[in-house]
Amino acid sequence: MVDIIIIGAGVSGSAVARELSRYQAKILVLDKEEDVCCGTSKANSAIVHGGFDAEPGTLKAKLNIRGSRVMEQLSKDLDFHYDRCGSLVLCMAEEDRPKLRRLYEKGVANGVKELRIIDAQELRQMEPNLCDDAVAALWVPSGAIVCPFGLNIAMAENAAANGAEFVFNAEVQNITKTENGWCVSTTQGAFEAKVVINAAGVHAGTIHNLVSDDKMTIINRRGDYYLLDKTAKCVSHTIFTLPNRMGKGVLVSPTVHGNTIVGPTAIDIPDPENTATTAAGLQQAGQKASYMVKNLPLRQVITSFAGLRAHHPDDDFIIEEVEGAPGFIDVAGIESPGLSASPAIGEYVAEIVRDLLKLEEKENFISTRKGILNPSELSVEERNDLIRENPAYGQIICRCESISEGEILDAIHRPLGARSLDGVKRRVRAGMGRCQGGFCAPRVMEILARELGVNPLEVTKEGPGSELLVGKTKEG
Amino acid sequence: MNRIGVLVVGGGPAGLAAALAAKENGIDNVLILERDQELGGILNQCIHNGFGLHTFKQELTGPEYAGRFIDRVKEAGIPYKLGTMVMDIRPDRTVLAMNREEGMVEYACDAVVLAMGCRERPRGALNIPGYRPAGIYTAGAAQRLVNMEGYMPGKEVVILGSGDIGLIMARRMTLEGAKVHVVAELMPYSGGLKRNIVQCLDDFGIPLKLSHTVVDIQGKKRVEGVTIARVEGGKPVPGTEITYKCDTLLLSTGLIPENELSLSAGVELSRITSGPKVNESFETSVPGVFACGNVLHVHDLVDYVSEEAAQAGKAAAEYAKNGAKPACDTIPLIPTGGVRYTVPVAIRRDANQGEVTIRMRVDNVYQNKYLCLYKDGERLVRRKRMIMAPGEMETLKIDLSKLAGAEQITLRLED
Repeated sequence: MVDIIIIGAGVSGSAVARELSRYQAKILVLDKEEDVCCGTSKANSAIVHGGFDAEPGTLKAKLNIRGSRVMEQLSKDLDFHYDRCGSLVLCMAEEDRPKLRRLYEKGVANGVKELRIIDAQELRQMEPNLCDDAVAALWVPSGAIVCPFGLNIAMAENAAANGAEFVFNAEVQNITKTENGWCVSTTQGAFEAKVVINAAGVHAGTIHNLVSDDKMTIINRRGDYYLLDKTAKCVSHTIFTLPNRMGKGVLVSPTVHGNTIVGPTAIDIPDPENTATTAAGLQQAGQKASYMVKNLPLRQVITSFAGLRAHHPDDDFIIEEVEGAPGFIDVAGIESPGLSASPAIGEYVAEIVRDLLKLEEKENFISTRKGILNPSELSVEERNDLIRENPAYGQIICRCESISEGEILDAIHRPLGARSLDGVKRRVRAGMGRCQGGFCAPRVMEILARELGVNPLEVTKEGPGSELLVGKTKEG
Repeated sequence: MNRIGVLVVGGGPAGLAAALAAKENGIDNVLILERDQELGGILNQCIHNGFGLHTFKQELTGPEYAGRFIDRVKEAGIPYKLGTMVMDIRPDRTVLAMNREEGMVEYACDAVVLAMGCRERPRGALNIPGYRPAGIYTAGAAQRLVNMEGYMPGKEVVILGSGDIGLIMARRMTLEGAKVHVVAELMPYSGGLKRNIVQCLDDFGIPLKLSHTVVDIQGKKRVEGVTIARVEGGKPVPGTEITYKCDTLLLSTGLIPENELSLSAGVELSRITSGPKVNESFETSVPGVFACGNVLHVHDLVDYVSEEAAQAGKAAAEYAKNGAKPACDTIPLIPTGGVRYTVPVAIRRDANQGEVTIRMRVDNVYQNKYLCLYKDGERLVRRKRMIMAPGEMETLKIDLSKLAGAEQITLRLED
């Protein structure tokens, strides 16, 4: 019996775990995948929105603003990549100026600071590669970009450092009421807790419906993206067009690692596991983006992917104790601006649970976390000291991103360490460059097998079922 | 800082031949930096035969071919460092390298030879829609797993792209007991050598479907199926889809010279080859920096790599001994009429002794055409070719003295 079970180790679940780990409580985080950050949290625009878009008064607006304000400090405390590059919402036609004005007013009402409508000339000075059609823009200096994996992993690691336990490959099969709380049955066994938090992303409806007759539907809204090479850099701010009913539309943005991200589309689909891209989706993303940025170098694509947003029909975050299910709290409908809001979602949920369980703060909460050492940020002298101490830092494994064996070993051996090729990739970017693991995948597989003490045939791309090799050769 | 006469970046076939030539041409202080744990480069995983027919008049395997050069490098006492990654090359030919034993070390070099080779175009660059499961490998990565690590990446295989490594792997996987269902090629012609199509596909009954591409990949965790479709005018034709149940998709869709370091050195690249623009001495736009092998342009036969690299190594040695030649205009080589590119792209006007080998590729399959070289309006060479294909490199040799005084040299195909 623990105090709190959190279902889902995405960015919401991990933020909740981190905030609750401030208190004297036993916390268990369950995820059906083999690692943190395997669902919506890993496949999104990686943006910290300023908070101008959500309807004033909604939870989306409130938590986005709060998240956007605390993100920079959090990035320092927990050591993940964050860059306040600012965002621009383009107005592509004179007749749309009133819409731009309304967006500005919405932002002001939400409390977004330093918002300004700028004219075409100022816009061109800030972004010379924009299409000629852009007549004005909303300038959002508080808009930022973040490493979504870094944020998610940092919050989870920090929660773990503060005592939260994580169980992976634990898919929830059933939830039943017990005398003192809830029993959560999973593919890794049954766990009991006083409070259960449903942070299951696109599956939050399914989990909710296990405990409530008031059924919830989560709409899986798929978005296709392109990621362009570092050499394709064409904008220095996040570029949007005016939002529509299906979301914020397609954006073009730098990423914190110097790539360019283009997308997403918005297509509602029935299957919550369907993250396959489609030719039509990719084409649409490319066309819409080309409408904003001149000569968008789409030929320099290094990968494309699709992510699912967990859209609730109420068009807001649903964060509340479920009626008729005391101690069962939904954190549902966490679509954009969910990543931006995640630190605030953590705080918001932690307050609810604190009051429910009358939790008291720990005296020894560890508020900071050191990320994986990045040798490329060191001077030559410092790097040489490091290599003398640990020669693994002198051996480059991933050529494209210049990732050393030392970093990969750190990714594997730290708390909640990487167990798979994708786990390594999300932590240290080995395989995330322009060759997409063509050279380093076999080496990383070898390191994983050695360090985890498993047969190379058991090494996976992303958990059970995604084994990379099928057997030995005839003479192997 | 360490002073080096000729520093060779890469210990594959190009780097080995360049280093040997530099040494033979009077440079004692040659150093090879190799990022892998052994010399030989990609040849080490090419265990099939067919290497060295031109150079040694023998059919060698990749490791055997590399071994001959490695033996000569060792006999010549040329130092080399393994597990050593070059991190940066500056325009002043300062090279920053790193390994486990020494950490980061700077070398001040009289001349640098770029011989980093190429990489394979990955799935991401092809915009293939579908899932992103385990079981999608570039042909070269699969070749490494099978031939060097002894593991099978899959048992039921579809191959996209008919580049030579893909063709070789179709045979290799078949010999290891896998079923290769099909090789799909986007273009109406193969990107590989004719002999590989015959020996690796035809002899094993593996179908080659030209003008076909992959339009969907099924399987969320591991590849479960691959759908291909016929392509017309660059677009898949609806209704022509065929789905193969399989666990693996191998990609052999093109090789790209690996020029990140060249760019850091300030070397100007060709938009067509993605390799450095070089003159007849294989010198790049940065004085004292030379390029050869697949980092310069992707070759079909390693024999040509060795030949080209030896010239680059010799030129680097001369540069290291004598410094830069006096500034001098160049005669541009213009590819046109079916010729996609030439290496070199220009010839120095003061280079008028000996002969130059012009290498090029054509942009389509041509039969019974003449490969012609023009000095301004005057045709100097007209060579009949029964067949020319983009997968096979074409070569013309000509005496430099014949080119003296030209405004430009043009290469074209004629009837």
